[in-house]
Amino acid sequence: MTAMTDDTIRVTPRAMRDEIIAFCAMAGLLAIVPLTGIYPFFVMQALCFALLACAFNLLIGYGGLLSFGHAMFLGTAGYVTAHALKVWAVPPELGILAGTAAAAALAVITGLVAIRRQGIYFAMITLALSQLLYFVYVQTPFTHGEDGIQGVPLGHLFGIFNLANSTILYYVVLAGFLFGFLLIFRTINSPFGEVLKAVRENEPRAISLGYKTEQYKLLAYILSGSLAGLAGSLKVLVAQNASLTDVEVAMSGQIVLMTLVGGLGTVFGPVVGAFVIIAMQQYLAGFGQWVTVIQGCIFVACVLTFRRGVIGEIAHYFRRSL
Amino acid sequence: MQALYAQLLVGLINGSFYALLSLGLAVIFGMLNIINFAHGAVYMMGAFVAYFLLNNTYLSIGYWPALIIAPIVVGIFGMILERTMLQWLAGLDHLYGLLLTFGLALIIQGVFQNYFGSSGLPYAIPDYPAIGGFHGLQGGINLGFMFLPIYRGWVVIFSLVVCIGTWYLIERTRLGAYLRAATENPTLVRAFGINVPRMITLTYGLGVGLAALAGVLSAPINQVRPLMGENLIIVVFAVVVIGGMGSIMGSIVTGFTLGVIEGLTKYFYPEASNTVVFVFMVLVLLVKPTGLTGRAA
Repeated sequence: MTAMTDDTIRVTPRAMRDEIIAFCAMAGLLAIVPLTGIYPFFVMQALCFALLACAFNLLIGYGGLLSFGHAMFLGTAGYVTAHALKVWAVPPELGILAGTAAAAALAVITGLVAIRRQGIYFAMITLALSQLLYFVYVQTPFTHGEDGIQGVPLGHLFGIFNLANSTILYYVVLAGFLFGFLLIFRTINSPFGEVLKAVRENEPRAISLGYKTEQYKLLAYILSGSLAGLAGSLKVLVAQNASLTDVEVAMSGQIVLMTLVGGLGTVFGPVVGAFVIIAMQQYLAGFGQWVTVIQGCIFVACVLTFRRGVIGEIAHYFRRSL
Repeated sequence: MQALYAQLLVGLINGSFYALLSLGLAVIFGMLNIINFAHGAVYMMGAFVAYFLLNNTYLSIGYWPALIIAPIVVGIFGMILERTMLQWLAGLDHLYGLLLTFGLALIIQGVFQNYFGSSGLPYAIPDYPAIGGFHGLQGGINLGFMFLPIYRGWVVIFSLVVCIGTWYLIERTRLGAYLRAATENPTLVRAFGINVPRMITLTYGLGVGLAALAGVLSAPINQVRPLMGENLIIVVFAVVVIGGMGSIMGSIVTGFTLGVIEGLTKYFYPEASNTVVFVFMVLVLLVKPTGLTGRAA
């Protein structure tokens, strides 16, 4: 993984300070969005994808594991949350919990299979597993196949907050995003995160130092999958539906693209990447099918000329860690 | 029993495509250290080139020449991709190759989808040369226990011949020996005066050409669709995980075997026919993580 991290900057008090300043700026900006008149649906959607991309980035950027199947967590959590809210009519907090728990369980099962291989095989295995799950969801009755689960009722969070109010919903989604983001931030700056980076850089050496690297990778995978699930549950609240598009390979590809554009292995990159790609989809919606081609071109351009991504380039230029 | 034999034949045909595609992936991975995500897209391009050759009013070139022309055209396209893009990834992490070729697949499939939509274009089974009572590869033979459409039998046998031929080229010829040596230690092989970069380009062309050949073979069976390779490539990835990429023969055997397993599933438990290869992959990973024939990655 040397190529990916040739400009790793050591965590120093100054780097930590930079990241905290950047985090406060981001949280402040996101907190005043409802006052600015920006279409809240767009920002909420972008926040869900930002959390998803951050979860994905935890694996690739800090664990060196490229998952090409993260859509399975998004979709699974989405279906379970939507089903719980609509059919079981549970309150939203339980719906979110159920969705995230389902994604976590899926992560345990698929993780035990996928972490048996590294590098390129890991990517192919996660891709195949998500395709397996896609076909399962096409056939099982509770997902309603091509129709998906439509018109999910929102209800009151904790019996107080009426989620039908888009401003309240916005702050709920923002809180969910910030919770996930801080959890990831805490993880990568913890001893656990340091071991994870050591495994990424040189797994045989980490093993020789006595670390059970498989356990570290599995734990990172489960954490990443669970947070991707949280993003999926929140996305159901925003879109009020769960459909097959969230489980498709194309969705996994988009998650990879967002992280790549923002910067693999940077703290804030996936957030920036998610906003860039979601905004692009909004503005280019008129081009129809050509959006796929444009996304492909961005992939190619990023890999060939822009491997650090937006935040990675900025951090490199200022010699800071972001 | 008729239905069982018919599904076995379908399984063998899908197995031929799995074998041709996973073989190409393995050869490319050996030399370029890249997993070619665009393999499904070039498979589709092979079918489309055959379609253009036939339907262009000036050319109207039929199936038999297309079987040779399409892999060459697509192979040259692949070599251009390698020269202009993939070669710059040498020395970087494997994952960048996967991401780049994924982007290429999106572009190629997106462009074809914009011009041809998502529906299938028909491609007729060739009706020439007429030998005896047969019209090319049309029609079928009654084998007593089952009715064998000639074209389907042809696809299985021809794919097998191409697979064995590729195995022979790589494992038994001088060129193949250079190739295997360059896979092990490119620097040393260059020191012997062999043009390794050119060999890498040709290898990519060969792998891509094999995929295009599979595309031409499948055109009369599966119709010509822009997304015909989209799901196929994921199944082939699973085949590659199951078989491992260390051995050419391993890829061929695994490809055909999984096709047959899929065919049997279609007969005995059709609901699982889409997923059986992935389930099999999970089982193999649990029992033998390195794959059935592969070395540790």
